Amino acid sequence: MAEAERAPRPLLELCHITKSFQAVQALRGVSLALPAGEVHALAGENGAGKSTVVRIIGGEHQPDSGVIVLRGEPVRLSSPLQARRHGIAVIHQEPVQFPDLSAAENVFMGRQPLRAGRRIDREAMNRRAAELFERLGVPLDPTRPTRGLSIADQQIIEIAKALSGKADVIVMDEPTAALSAVEAERLFTVARGLAGQGAALLFISHRLEEVYALCDRVTVLRDGALVTSASTGEIDRDTLVRRMVGRAVDHLFPEREPGSGPEALVVRGLNRAGAFHDVSFTVRSGEIVGLAGLVGSGRSELARAIFGVDGRDSGTVMVNGVLLPAANPRGAIDRGLALVPEDRREQGLVPELSIERNASLARLGAVSRHGIVSRSSERATARRWGERLRMTVGRFTDAAATLSGGNQQKLVLGKWLATEPSVLIVDEPTRGIDIAAKVEVHSELSRLAAEGLAVLLISSELPEVLGMADRVLVMHEGRITADLPRERATEETVMRAATGTVDAA
Amino acid sequence: MTWRRRPLSGRELGIVFALLVLVAVTTAVNPAFLGAQGLHDLFLNASILTLLAVGQTLLVITRNIDLSVGSTMGLTAFLSGQIYVADHDTPVIAVLVAGIAMGAVCGAVNGALVAAAKVPALVVTLGTLYVFRGLDYGWASLTGTRQVNADQMSGQFLAFGSGSVLGVPRLTLIAIVVLVAVNYVLRTMRSGRELYAIGSNPHAARLAGIPAGKRILAVFVVSGALVGLAGVLHAAYFGTINASVGSGEELAVVAAVVVGGVAIFGGSGTAMGAALGALLLTTITGALPILGVPALWQRAVDGAALLLSISLDRAVMARLASRLRRERNARHG
Repeated sequence: MAEAERAPRPLLELCHITKSFQAVQALRGVSLALPAGEVHALAGENGAGKSTVVRIIGGEHQPDSGVIVLRGEPVRLSSPLQARRHGIAVIHQEPVQFPDLSAAENVFMGRQPLRAGRRIDREAMNRRAAELFERLGVPLDPTRPTRGLSIADQQIIEIAKALSGKADVIVMDEPTAALSAVEAERLFTVARGLAGQGAALLFISHRLEEVYALCDRVTVLRDGALVTSASTGEIDRDTLVRRMVGRAVDHLFPEREPGSGPEALVVRGLNRAGAFHDVSFTVRSGEIVGLAGLVGSGRSELARAIFGVDGRDSGTVMVNGVLLPAANPRGAIDRGLALVPEDRREQGLVPELSIERNASLARLGAVSRHGIVSRSSERATARRWGERLRMTVGRFTDAAATLSGGNQQKLVLGKWLATEPSVLIVDEPTRGIDIAAKVEVHSELSRLAAEGLAVLLISSELPEVLGMADRVLVMHEGRITADLPRERATEETVMRAATGTVDAA
Repeated sequence: MTWRRRPLSGRELGIVFALLVLVAVTTAVNPAFLGAQGLHDLFLNASILTLLAVGQTLLVITRNIDLSVGSTMGLTAFLSGQIYVADHDTPVIAVLVAGIAMGAVCGAVNGALVAAAKVPALVVTLGTLYVFRGLDYGWASLTGTRQVNADQMSGQFLAFGSGSVLGVPRLTLIAIVVLVAVNYVLRTMRSGRELYAIGSNPHAARLAGIPAGKRILAVFVVSGALVGLAGVLHAAYFGTINASVGSGEELAVVAAVVVGGVAIFGGSGTAMGAALGALLLTTITGALPILGVPALWQRAVDGAALLLSISLDRAVMARLASRLRRERNARHG
């Protein structure tokens, strides 16, 4: 073919890769070609399958089907080590270092230069590390331990690792997520330099301006499938955003009159260095307010600080006109605030304890007399909320770990509702549960709002936010960049605000 | 400020300093403490603990631990005695090889359970602590040998245990050779550095392609072999063995390692530090009676030394972390 003669053979090709994790289909026949000298962007919403692509290229996961072709030869990348031996380097979003070892050792671990007798040549190792750091424009001391280095400096070490291993396929998984603008620009200079020297780069980013500033091509994934692959010169931002969100909002969500009660939750000027800045908003009684934003935008940190799990640097939180003490979850519960945390296994449940025990954990005071917990009262609480949330439970004395994901989520919800809150914060309430359970959680949230509860709904799933919320707050890099009433909240407006494309506030 | 290596780290210098103070005070009370015989005894007593501590260091660096050292040592010491009961003229080298091999097998059992079955080392070795000790007692009652005395062992073996070369106890020489070898591997071989990597961040070690399971198994085997060696040396030195040799020794070993500055969560520390820790604890034990402290207090003093050194670790770590942060902020303006 004439075209094949013109285009150089790509360094790395993924052909029809599929991958599923248990029931979840993470990748559906994704094909991708990375030619030498090109920076290729991989874009998509949270959960679109970008990380899975990264892990497959890096040898951390193996595809269920499909072929990986490296320099024209099909290869199997069965471990990170093998990927590295094939000249593939992955720079993770959160760099993984050996904090106790020196910067130079981190770069060369497992490949240290040797002297006679297979002894490590420390001099040569430090010298070569210093040369690499110099070339990357960051004069790190190669002999200092990496403990305490900034994320940006740790990424420089990761890149030095890639260079020292003579990698020519370099994958950067959201490398700028934790960087300042100056650090990000420095990283781009390095990336362009690498491409100029003939490496193939795959760059994962949520930030559209970065995609356009750095990349030659962009491939969009949605729900594990490839949607578009185009040169960045051929596709404009609006089209790109549309392709990223694409799907129609399904009509699974209950109809509800927007709430207009008194202000139940008032947050004013909340700050926490490195997490969020100057956050102010209100949630009215009977209102569901969605809090959208990309992973890492500071949503969960904000929720935890409002509830008092984490401290805050400044600002106030009021529930029903009463100020909440900082960093005091007990005080927050007593004043009518409840938080259903993001990770129910880690933070929401004690999996080994029985269902009824779990149900009463947040309100042991109410089920006990003189400090002794009453089993019958405990059981009654669990029954009441179990029925209300239509939990499918064998025995209430079974361990919570035996429940399905959906029922576990209902149990956590019930546990907090049992404290009779007036403000409920739910963080990713339907992550990883099946559709039927999702619908029930949604209708329960609607019913609670109709009864006058103020709900702050944090979710990465845009359809959920748009379907449930009366108002949508969007966070980007720790700031609220948009406050959209239901009529104006669409996938596009939210995505724009979440990626910082325009200031929609 | 540079981070170049010095022959002794700050922690090791601290132990040396503590040792000097302790020796100075004790010698002031009783000059015989620093006499030729006193020093000879001190190093001899520290040698076996040093062997155990050096092996333990390898494990602790990789975020593992071996609580079964006392039992393994008891088993191999008893094995030495049993060999002589069976054949009074067994050559010393054969006993050494048998003891080391048995220790290595015990280590391999621990290592296989930890590396392959992915059970935490703390739990596995707590289990084998009892299992190995039980085997030891079972063996004793099965063969009807409650105790093996010096007259049942060969004169050669006993001479090996108490002999000296150029005035230095042979046991001490062996401990020094092992210490130097392990220190060398940990500092200058790739496999040694990989042990630090595994302990410092297991996930990163996996991504760096380090065969963690293989390394951890190997470290258990090597450490077990050293414990086996220590068991045989114990038998040769003391000349009297029963099935309870080494009971409770695991606590002294872990204390020596931690006092020596090996981080209990892995990733840092040196064999040299652990050896100095062993020497310090042994010196404390020897000094207490001279200073008028009843020997019964020895455990309490060991424990206090351990707590003190852990507190020091935390304080030093906190200072280091804040200094690293300051340096970084200064650089970033």
